[in-house]
Amino acid sequence: MSIASATLAKDSAVRASVQRTPAALILIGLAWIIFAVVLLLPLYIVVTQGLQRGLDVFWNAISEPDAISALKLTLLATGISVPLNLVFGVAAAWCVTKFEFRGKSLLITLIDMPFSVSPVVAGLIYVLLFGSQGVFAPFLQAHDLQIVYAVPGIVLATIFVTFPFVARELIPLMEEQGTTEEEAARLLGANGWQMFWHVTLPNVKWALIYGVVLCTARAMGEFGAVSVVSGHIRGMTNTLPLHIEILYNEYNIVAAFSVAILLLAMALVILLLRQWSESRLSRSLVRDDE
Amino acid sequence: MSHRTSPVIPGFGLTLGYTISYLALIVLIPLGAMLIYSLQMTAEQWWSLISSRQVLFSLKLSFGTALFAALLNGVLGTVLAWVLVRYRFPGRRIIDAMVDMPFALPTAVAGIALTSLYAPNGLIGSLFPFKIAYTPLGITLALVFVTLPFVVRTLQPVLADIPKEIEEAATCLGARPLQVFRHVLLPSLLPAWVTGFALAFARGVGEYGSVVFIAGNIPLKTEILPLLIVSKLDQYDYKGATGIGVLMLAVSFVLLLLINLLQRRLQPQN
Repeated sequence: MSIASATLAKDSAVRASVQRTPAALILIGLAWIIFAVVLLLPLYIVVTQGLQRGLDVFWNAISEPDAISALKLTLLATGISVPLNLVFGVAAAWCVTKFEFRGKSLLITLIDMPFSVSPVVAGLIYVLLFGSQGVFAPFLQAHDLQIVYAVPGIVLATIFVTFPFVARELIPLMEEQGTTEEEAARLLGANGWQMFWHVTLPNVKWALIYGVVLCTARAMGEFGAVSVVSGHIRGMTNTLPLHIEILYNEYNIVAAFSVAILLLAMALVILLLRQWSESRLSRSLVRDDE
Repeated sequence: MSHRTSPVIPGFGLTLGYTISYLALIVLIPLGAMLIYSLQMTAEQWWSLISSRQVLFSLKLSFGTALFAALLNGVLGTVLAWVLVRYRFPGRRIIDAMVDMPFALPTAVAGIALTSLYAPNGLIGSLFPFKIAYTPLGITLALVFVTLPFVVRTLQPVLADIPKEIEEAATCLGARPLQVFRHVLLPSLLPAWVTGFALAFARGVGEYGSVVFIAGNIPLKTEILPLLIVSKLDQYDYKGATGIGVLMLAVSFVLLLLINLLQRRLQPQN
């Protein structure tokens, strides 16, 4: 037996013996219990409660007009806020990572700000600006415009709570990649957009997708901020999470959980996409290292 | 403003201008408007609002439950992160992927699911002789669910970066497992642990969707701070809502600065 394979065998033997120590087994068991009780049981409840009266009841709950209009509004708010925050994320990451300037760390802190603001406060600030006692109230009334308690308010609140997601994923990666590849592209005669499309974008592709996935999940599921600015008008300013709240407060538990199944399915898709983009991201990082 | 090194990289003015304008439009101006709006109150009015019985109670409740939940996650999250990084066992990949579930699942869904689970006739609630849902304990458990990923995800990369050889060396030199943990692992894990704890705490203080269902919202019993803002708004008490909002904003800004400071201290180790 060669020395290398001998050490390898010894190594795996050591690792196996470490894994079978009572402490390791107890910890693994504990992790399974935490996983089952904290993470899995709530999902089990959603599915069983939503389907307890059968598929017909489930189907009726998710296909009634109010649910459909809530779904449409959710998709609209997501469809507007995600692209806007995507463009912002790329621009912010670009200026923060490719250039050095004063006040940079303050800028990064401010970009992160919406993460630490309570969703209810996020809704409140738009009510104070555009509500009936708000700063812009006279202007809005004069032009017969409605922002809060209408669709624009919901879109604004969604943009606010999902604001940093893309920027946050891009900044650390682009910081690490530096500027050498872009400089090379420029010196070889590429113009700014060519450099961006052919050099920068391929380098950050997976982090970008990851950020968009996280942003989409939060945009579709946001409750607190949207709840404050929505006014809860059925069929008008109701998103799917708000629809769930209304059904639940009307003791229409089965319907509430039926709609919840829809959002749970979305969350599972998001997790799968996340897993996929993250594995691609780490693979491309490993390739870069070689 | 000057910018560095490579004059060949374009787009500084464009991207910085766009970033600052968008940031101002969506975040800074609305937040600033709230601060200006709050100036309609005198300091004494603000103080009497904050020190009213209802607000003080909600303040204690929100901070207390967020603190307990973050501490509990400090333990549960450490176990999960440790096991996921150090051991290979059946189901590891599933658990690893599902740790992010609370981030992906809309909070309202989590809220109604946890309420059914811990309600007196629920799957877990019925096992206990005392009430869990509609009490501070229920609020804490909801926050545990929502903030679990923070501790796990901040600890995982740091744990993976600690070379096993260091522990083995300590063991060879005669350290017992607890001594290895205390003197070798703890010092390098602590900054990440505190960061995860602070992230979980900050989220817990402001959390609304998952808590509002399980709390039951009984004044002076289970009324959390964000809910107080909502109920003031429902009564068209804009000033009251703003007063509490400014307080929460100040708290979250302090926590954010603390987290950023900690993360900067984390970086050299990575």
